[in-house]
Amino acid sequence: MYIIVVGGGKVGYYLTKTLLSEGYEVLLIERQADKAELFSEHFGSMVLAGDGAEATTLAAAGAARANVVIAVTGEDEDNLVVCQVAKQKFHVERTIARVNNPKNEQLFRMLGIDVTVSQTNYILHLIEQSIPEHAFVHLLSLRHADFAIVDVSIAEDSPAAHKTIGEIELPKDCIIAAISRASELVIPTPQVNLLPNDDVIAIAHREEEDELREVLVG
Amino acid sequence: MKIVVMGCGRVGARVSSILDHNGHDVSVIDVDSRAFRRLSADFGGTTIVGTGIDEDVLRSAGIEKASAFVAVTNGDNRNIMAAQVARLIFNVPEVVVRIYDPVREDTYRRLGLTTVCPTTTISALIMDYVIGAGEPVTSRRVEEG
Repeated sequence: MYIIVVGGGKVGYYLTKTLLSEGYEVLLIERQADKAELFSEHFGSMVLAGDGAEATTLAAAGAARANVVIAVTGEDEDNLVVCQVAKQKFHVERTIARVNNPKNEQLFRMLGIDVTVSQTNYILHLIEQSIPEHAFVHLLSLRHADFAIVDVSIAEDSPAAHKTIGEIELPKDCIIAAISRASELVIPTPQVNLLPNDDVIAIAHREEEDELREVLVG
Repeated sequence: MKIVVMGCGRVGARVSSILDHNGHDVSVIDVDSRAFRRLSADFGGTTIVGTGIDEDVLRSAGIEKASAFVAVTNGDNRNIMAAQVARLIFNVPEVVVRIYDPVREDTYRRLGLTTVCPTTTISALIMDYVIGAGEPVTSRRVEEG
């Protein structure tokens, strides 16, 4: 597998280092010539000096045979254009962009970027998951459909507590996938009673997340 | 007509000033407030300090009601991103984007943006003066790689 990393900041540097140590064929593209030269001393010939948004640089990097292009510069607009040029001109299968402004995640996906990584959102999710007051935690957004996987803890005063799954009126595009009860997995059949302290893993349409929250959290 | 211009350099300031003079409702965006000095003295439009790739900044510039959006900062990628936001998020009917890099210009023209590439346009003009208008000079693109 051939991976091109664009942007030699801290993220790009350690990403290249880790991918190399895992045995991948990697090329790092860095715009600043002096920085690229410094990286060459670490990584040998796996570094190319140039602007990754320019087709000539990507052509020199052999983008046409790359399986993945990862753009991790500090500028969202650069990461967007690198991925779009890789996709449009070189038909790279998978493009991954770092998103600095979390608001841009959705836009990038609309514009054809396969995977977006937002450090801000990632850290936010980690915080939400580690704070017990959050009864409703968004675990993951699924890319192809507008669905999200959420984790809901059932409190004593939850409108769903002590009801069977069959009795709960879930929003149309929601499904309860699993229940975690005292570290045991409970398969959610319609007869299963929801109890306080249950952790419910549900799959919900993005637009129905709020409705699901109403039903399970109140 | 409501028009939003991103980038108040020489081109952005001139376009904004002329459109304003012609009676259009112009909002011009630049990250540097000093750039607005380039506008004509009687400029009656709105100036907004901020980056045009931020949806909130575009909204405060009135992009939701705009008939046209012009992206003329000195960064190709910034222009490209803002133009796509204007087109796809805000459905602005006419979006014009300046792209210096001819290869990128070609890519985004194919994707449906209205592009202006000063590099090819000005080179063609200069070539016309240097070797005369009889010889075809504009068609050959610099090959990649």
